[in-house]
Amino acid sequence: MSQKITMGAALTPEKIAEQLADGGAVAPASVAEYALRLGDDALILSQRLGWWIARAPEIEEDIALGNIALDLIGHARSFLTYAGSAWGKSEDDLAYFRDEPDWRCAQIFELANGDFAHTIVRQFAVSFFQFELYSRLVDSSDPVLAAIAAKAVKEVDYHRDHSAQWMLRLGQGTEESRRRVQVALTDVWPYVDELFRDDGLIDDVLIDDLDGVAVRPTTLREPFDELVGRVLGQADLEVPTGAVARGGGRDGVHTGGFGVLLAEMQVLARQYPGATW
Amino acid sequence: MASPGESGGREQWPLWEVFIRSARGLSHVHAGSLHAPDAVMAVRNARDVYTRRNEGVSVWVVPAAAITASDPDARGAFFESPQGKDYRHATYYSEADAVRHL
Repeated sequence: MSQKITMGAALTPEKIAEQLADGGAVAPASVAEYALRLGDDALILSQRLGWWIARAPEIEEDIALGNIALDLIGHARSFLTYAGSAWGKSEDDLAYFRDEPDWRCAQIFELANGDFAHTIVRQFAVSFFQFELYSRLVDSSDPVLAAIAAKAVKEVDYHRDHSAQWMLRLGQGTEESRRRVQVALTDVWPYVDELFRDDGLIDDVLIDDLDGVAVRPTTLREPFDELVGRVLGQADLEVPTGAVARGGGRDGVHTGGFGVLLAEMQVLARQYPGATW
Repeated sequence: MASPGESGGREQWPLWEVFIRSARGLSHVHAGSLHAPDAVMAVRNARDVYTRRNEGVSVWVVPAAAITASDPDARGAFFESPQGKDYRHATYYSEADAVRHL
């Protein structure tokens, strides 16, 4: 049986670039700074997730994590294309030719994969964060940000489901899976706080400029805590309290492994500028 | 009688058969199989493995062990009877000109 397969209607970075160029429009400077942060979050996490391909516990999970990584690359490309319009830079300029202090991702996105439990806990936290963020960003007064969020929120909803299902299974699985996921929660959770800070997201002047355009991270904490707490309760896992990492990712301060991640991601583009295949 | 895909207990996760419906009004069609720890994850894995190119609007998963299949070695005897019984195909009737839309 032949079946017609379509690409599906989707917002692409090419369309964003084209529409901006047609209208002679660029992202306002403060909006570009904001879009850069959201794009960096998605791109760095997708680079981390890509490592799992051919290494996950089962081939089905390889594909699941690979699909999530591809969704995130899609979001990153749109955000970076939009951000770059303010500075005359392409998405590739921003992805491949910035050094460590110029990256604006929160540190949780760059955390090492660790074991499968660490990867799932990291994904669990950021997917629930991104879902709350994009659910509100669809109402942004900036039409491009709103359109990117509208596409991303549906995909992130699935990432949320995927990681929540795994949290339940790891929490209620074997003694070993439960031990590992609890260790992962202890290791990853200190980095959650940074996601919800207004100060440091962008400097204070800019976040005030962005009223109605950006989402204030502090407003997302309550729904995040409630939904995440519900899953952890069902999984019979303890919500980690106490330790809070200093953060600083939004200001270009990154964790130990970040330089290696960048080197691997950027080496080809830097060694062979303009390479295509 | 045997279940398809039996692997003698080497797999940690059971095997599931996946059926995808490509559009409303069509039947679910067998798309392939996969491993998953339980039914809920099997539906998600099926979504990830078999609907990456916009193939479906609905997914069914069935434990492969729940499928009872005909014996491939007995194919001759099992499927011999219809051979030569062409009259079971409605090809001997002539269409009446007066009847439209046949």
